[in-house]
Amino acid sequence: MKAPAFQYLRARSTAEACAMLAEFGEDARIIAGGQSLMPILNMRLANPATLIDINPIAELAGIAADKSTVCIGALTRYRDIEESPLVRRHLGLIAQAMPYVAHAAIRNRGTLGGSLAAADPAAEMPACCLALDASMIIESTRGARSVKADAFFRGTFETALKPDELLIAVEFPIPGAEWRHGFAEFSRRRGDFAIVGTAVRARIEARRVAEARIVLFGVGDRPMRMTRAERALVVGLDHKAGITAAQATLDADLVPSSDNQASAETRLHLARVLLGRALAQFQDAVG
Amino acid sequence: MDHSADITLTVNGEVITRRVPVRSNLVDFLRVDLALTGSHVGCEHGVCGACTVRVDGRTMRGCLMLAVQADGATVETIEGLSDRGDLRELQQEFHSRNALQCGFCTSGMLLAANELLSHSTKLTREDVREYLSGNYCRCTGYHAIVDAVMAVAAKRGIGR
Repeated sequence: MKAPAFQYLRARSTAEACAMLAEFGEDARIIAGGQSLMPILNMRLANPATLIDINPIAELAGIAADKSTVCIGALTRYRDIEESPLVRRHLGLIAQAMPYVAHAAIRNRGTLGGSLAAADPAAEMPACCLALDASMIIESTRGARSVKADAFFRGTFETALKPDELLIAVEFPIPGAEWRHGFAEFSRRRGDFAIVGTAVRARIEARRVAEARIVLFGVGDRPMRMTRAERALVVGLDHKAGITAAQATLDADLVPSSDNQASAETRLHLARVLLGRALAQFQDAVG
Repeated sequence: MDHSADITLTVNGEVITRRVPVRSNLVDFLRVDLALTGSHVGCEHGVCGACTVRVDGRTMRGCLMLAVQADGATVETIEGLSDRGDLRELQQEFHSRNALQCGFCTSGMLLAANELLSHSTKLTREDVREYLSGNYCRCTGYHAIVDAVMAVAAKRGIGR
C-alpha cells in the first residue's frame, strides 16, 4: 500500500501548471490537498506517470466576494472555508455541510477544487455546488471557460475537465435573503463518505416555497437534482404536505445504486427520511 | 530515472535536509529516515488517524501527504510535542484513566485532542467524539479517551 513511482513536478503559477498539463496531459494528475488522490495512489487504483503539485500556487487559494458572487479558489482548504465569515454569511449551505466533510485532519489539508475534480458521487461538496448552481472556472493553455455544476459532474470520478485543463476556482451566486437551505446525510461513522445525503434550497415568498432545488448524493454516479420533488414541494398545500409529496416522488424517480454499504431499498428509504429532515430545517420560515 | 528530490524541513525544531524518493509519504519518511516511530502507520488511506502529525501548525494525515510536499514546512510529531510538554495534561489524564490499551492510536489521539482543546472555548462530550471521529481505537477504548479529554477541558474551564 505504497504509491507507485511517478515523476513529481511542482507548479509555481497557474500558467506553469497549465503548461505542464499541456505537455503531460493524459498521463499526469494534479495533486492539491491529496486527500482523495493519495489514497487512490496508495491503493494503486491509479498509476499516473507524472504528478503536478499545485500547492505552491498562492493565487489559487482564497475566498473573495462581490455584490452577487462568492469566488472560492480551487486550492482553498476546507478548514479555511469552514472558518470563513464570508462563507458563513453568504453560503450557509456550504457552512452547514462542511463539518460533514471527512475529519478535522483531512479538512486541514483537503481542498474544495480537489474534491470537485475527484467527483466522488458520495461527497458533500459536489452536491452543494449543484444545489447552489455554482460555476467551475477552468483554465488551460487554450484559454479559460466556465462550466455549471450540472454539466461538470459526468459520472463516478468523471468530470467535464479535459486532460489539459485545471480547475482554478468555483463561483457561487449569492442567494438572496429569501432563500433558505437544509442539509442531512447518513454515514456509518461521522466524517465518512455519505451512504445517502441531501442538500436542499428553497426560495420563500409570503411564507410559501416559491422555488426549490433538491439534490441527492450517494445514490447514483453523481449528485442528482430531483426536479419532480422540487415541483411537488412548491405545489404542496402547506410545507408538511409539500415534504410528503416531495418524498413520494422519489419512489418513481430514484433508482439508487446497491453496494456492500447499503442496498438500493435501504438507500431509497434513507433518501426519503433525509429529504424530510433537510426540508424541515426551514419549517420556521413557511406557513 | 531517478525519482528523488532534496527536501529541507524543520522537524521538532531541528532543520533537516534529506534526499527522498518522491513517492514516499511523510509518515514513512519520519519513521524510516528519521527514526521517529511514535507516529504510526495503520490503514495508509486516511481512514484510521494513527499517522497524525502536525504540519505548519495543523494536524494532517501523515499517509496522505508526500514527504516531498513537506519541503519548507514545519513538522511536529508526538516526540516533539511530548518533549516540549504541550501534551502533559492530556498524557496524565490518559495515563490515570487507562485511556490507552495497546497504544497504537494514542499518538494520533493526543494530537487530535490537543488541536481540539487549543481551538475551543467550550467543549461537550459530543464535540470530542465528533473531533476524534477520524481516529480509530482498535481496542475500542473510546469512553476513557473522551473522559480524559473532558477532564483536561474541565481543568481549563472549557468543559460543558
